[in-house]
This record gives sequence, structure tokens and C-alpha cells, in this order.
Amino acid sequence: MDSGRHDDFAIETRGLNLWYGDFQALYDVDLAVKRGIIASMIGPSGCGKTTLLRTCNRIIERLGYVRTTGSVNILGHNIFGDDVELVQVRKQIGMVFQRPNPLPISIRENVLFGFRLHEARLRKVTAAEEDEVLESALQQVLLWDTVKDRLDKPATGLSLEEQQKLCIARLLPVKPEVLLMDEPCSALDPAGTEAVEELIWRLRGDYTILIVTHNMAQARRASEECVFMLLGKIIEHGRTEELFLSPKHSKTADYIEGRYG
Amino acid sequence: MFTATRLNRRSYRTQSLAKAVFFLMTVALVIPVLIIVGTLVVKGGPAISWEFLFTAPRDNMTAGGILPALVGTIWLVVVALLASVPVGVAAALYLSEYAPDNLLTRTINLAIINLAGVPSIVHALFGVGAFVYFFNMQQSILAAGLTLAIMTLPVVIVATRESLQAVPHAFREACWNMGATRWQTIRKVVLPNSISGILTGVILEVSRTAGETAPIMFTGAAAFLAFLPESVFDQTMAMSYHLYYTATQATDVPEQLTFGVALVLIAIVLAMNATSIGFRVYLRGLKKW
Repeated sequence: MDSGRHDDFAIETRGLNLWYGDFQALYDVDLAVKRGIIASMIGPSGCGKTTLLRTCNRIIERLGYVRTTGSVNILGHNIFGDDVELVQVRKQIGMVFQRPNPLPISIRENVLFGFRLHEARLRKVTAAEEDEVLESALQQVLLWDTVKDRLDKPATGLSLEEQQKLCIARLLPVKPEVLLMDEPCSALDPAGTEAVEELIWRLRGDYTILIVTHNMAQARRASEECVFMLLGKIIEHGRTEELFLSPKHSKTADYIEGRYG
Repeated sequence: MFTATRLNRRSYRTQSLAKAVFFLMTVALVIPVLIIVGTLVVKGGPAISWEFLFTAPRDNMTAGGILPALVGTIWLVVVALLASVPVGVAAALYLSEYAPDNLLTRTINLAIINLAGVPSIVHALFGVGAFVYFFNMQQSILAAGLTLAIMTLPVVIVATRESLQAVPHAFREACWNMGATRWQTIRKVVLPNSISGILTGVILEVSRTAGETAPIMFTGAAAFLAFLPESVFDQTMAMSYHLYYTATQATDVPEQLTFGVALVLIAIVLAMNATSIGFRVYLRGLKKW
């Protein structure tokens, strides 16, 4: 990894340890993800990738019996700091889940949900402005043309692929800088996977994206940097093509060749 | 090759037997309901008339109608609803949406379950001590209604919590991850999707209080009042207590009249239940997931 100034990194963890009760799930994780890139995390089930992802917006704390040491800096600020407001953390760090989880309201309301929550309470927002926000978010996720005639229909009526795109779209109006994605394609069929991957690739540069995947081909196709984790530790982190073509660590090589998984 | 073995046949016999037993138990459950309703309709049906419903009792309860009791029961149910619903729903919201899973929460949950198991006569005595004497409400609709409210509070909480829990967790997660606070999540997602279940569940539970006798006996129900209550500070007649009184205390009450009272009482409760179930079915059809 080339070194840089602190705030060149969108996500930077230092000596991050995490316990679920007595079970230690993360060991001294040092991860640094540069701004504006797509980084994927691969590794066998239970290796801590989802835990690490969920630590990056502190959603993990909800479980109650979680304890952490070390630091997580997002955009140069420690999210475990005393003056940190969780609402701001969640606003600036969007999250996409395995199963698309649109709210049981219309497509329009889904996309504007976060916007109304954060923006519309500070100032008067006109209907025209809302329409603009709505269209721009849906354009960015390549959904506008499909849904522009049924914006007031329930979002739950969309296909899974469209739902997942919508879940990404509704993060955009509050202008997050970091998007965390937890196996965003695992509930989708191959065509849906391709469409969502293409979308993620399009968002590169505008957002820093950290994506957990079980699918090595996907990591290879859709990320610039790749992190390999095993048993709560980061084993290797490098440019994706290098990690796949010439892994430095024998465990990485074994995993990407499918000797265990 | 594919013919039944002795073992197969034995399994089938056991399974038919099990099915038969379960079916008989189900029938056994329905029979008392049919007998009760049937008897009431046959024996009490002829008593029902406009005069019966809309006049006060006469001649030491041996004639006349049930209007004061009918009106009194409505007062009591309304007071019980107004008191128990806000408290119960708020408590359920706290327990379902805010409370951490710790010793205190578990203790509170245990207390709620136990409160639901307290006999109604104990609630009645609590009502006498707390509302009638300590808060000096005298015997009144208010004291009786509040006693009923305390009694239904646990079931209101449980019904509300079930409705809240029926809202998929993914919805809450989606909200929190967009930076919504707990309250914003509740107001925008959880409540809109559970309010129908909460309302119907609560009406269903509270309607049962219409039939309770013990809790109102010492706290606000009167055997006979010739006038209708004008405020919550008045005593009142009530259907359940009227039934108890005409059946066991008053003398020379025609059988038909007593059965008529019972029929009206059960009709009120069934009507409320049916309304809330119908309402629930209708709202469930509107749900979008």
C-alpha cells in the first residue's frame, strides 16, 4: 500500500479489535481505503468481513454485547469519538444490504425518505426540487427510465434487481461519501447481478465503496482494490488484479484457487 | 415393491387416530359456544324489544328494560379504552423499540405477564383501595373504568407489542441506516405499518372488559339507578353487574328477562370483536408487503 496523508483515505482502521461477548471476531485490523475507489472484501464465511463492514458505520453496536478497541477513521474523523453523532455517521456512510429492503411506501417516498429526513427539516423544500432530487438519484442508478411512470406505486412491487438499485438510489440524495455494501448481489439472478455490478462500477469516483462479497469473480470484475480476510485478520490487501494474479500470501493463493472456502 | 408394509399400515392407523382425536377436541371446543349462544337466543330472544333496550328497569328489576346498564357499560368501556390505550401503547413502544435487552427489561416483561394472570377480584380490591379511597374518586365510572384499564393493560401491551414486532426488522434497519432516529423510524415506518393491528388488537382486548363484573362491583357499579350517568363521577349500572344482580340477588325476576340481559351483553362483546376482526381483515388486505 502506498502511504498518503490521513484524509486521503476514506476509511482507515487502526488496531481494530472486536469482540462479540467472549468471541473475538476482529484481530488488529489495519485497513486503509483510498477515497473514491471500490474496494472489495473477500474471505470464507465467518472471517469477519461483514463484521468489519458493519463496524464502519457503527451499526454493529446495536447488538449490545459488542466491544471494540482501536480506531475507525472515516474521512479523517474517528467515528468512535466522543462528539460523534450517530445520525451523522449513518447519513454520511450509506449501507446496502444482502436482501433489498425498500420501505413499504412508494418509489418516490423511498428515494426521498432520507432527503426529507435530513434536508427538508432544515429549510423549505419545493416540490420541484424534490422532483429534481428524485430524478437525479434514479438516473444515477439507471432506474429512471424503468420507473418514471410508476413513481407512486409501492416500491415492494419492483423486481429484486430494481429494489436493490432503489436501495442504492435512496442513499444518494443525502450525499453520502462512503457506501458500504454487504453482498449486494447475493439475492439477485445473474442478469440482476450484472446490472447492479455495472451500476456500482459507474458510481466509482463519486463515492468510496467498500463491498463484501462471497463471489470472487465479482470481486475481480467490480473492484479496484481487494482485501482478503481470514479468521478475523486481514491477510492481504492490494490492487485487485495483482491480488488475483500474483498473491503475496500462500493463504490468499489457496483461497482464490478454491482450495478452501 | 411399492406395496404397504405392516409398519406402514401401523403408522397410518396411528396417524388417523391422532387426526380423529384432534378433530374431536376441536368439536368439543365449538359445542359449548353453540349451546351458550343457542340457549341465550331461545330463552332470551323473546325478551328483546325496543322497549327492553331503551327503558329503565321497573318493579324491583322484574320488568322494564336495560337502558341504564347498556349506557353504563358503554361509559365504562370508553373510560377503560381512553386510560389503557395511551399507556399500553406507549409502554409497548418502549419495550419493543427502545428497551435494551437487560435485567430491567426482562423484569418488566415478567411483571406484565404476571399482571395478566392476576385474578379480576384482586384487581377489584386494588381499585377500591387505590381509586375509590386513596384518590378519593368514590364509587364512580372513573374509578371502575380505571380499574378495568389496569386489568386490561397487560393484554393491551402484549397485543401492541405483537403488532409492532410483526413489522419486518429490515424496515427499521433501512431507516436507521439512512440516519433516522428511533422516533423518526417509529413515526414514519413502524407505526404506519402496525397501527391497524394495534387498534384492532386493542379494541378486541378492551371489549372483553365489557363483560367483567368483579372489577366494577365495588368500584362504581350500582344495582339500580333510575337515571343515566351524566359524568364520569357518577355511579352507574352496567350490563355484567345487572346480569349478576338479576340472576342471583333480585327475587321474582322472570327468567326471560335475565336471559335477555345475557344475550345483549354477549351480543355487544361479539359485535365489538367482529367489528375489530373485520377491520383487521380489511386493513391486512391493504398491506403492501
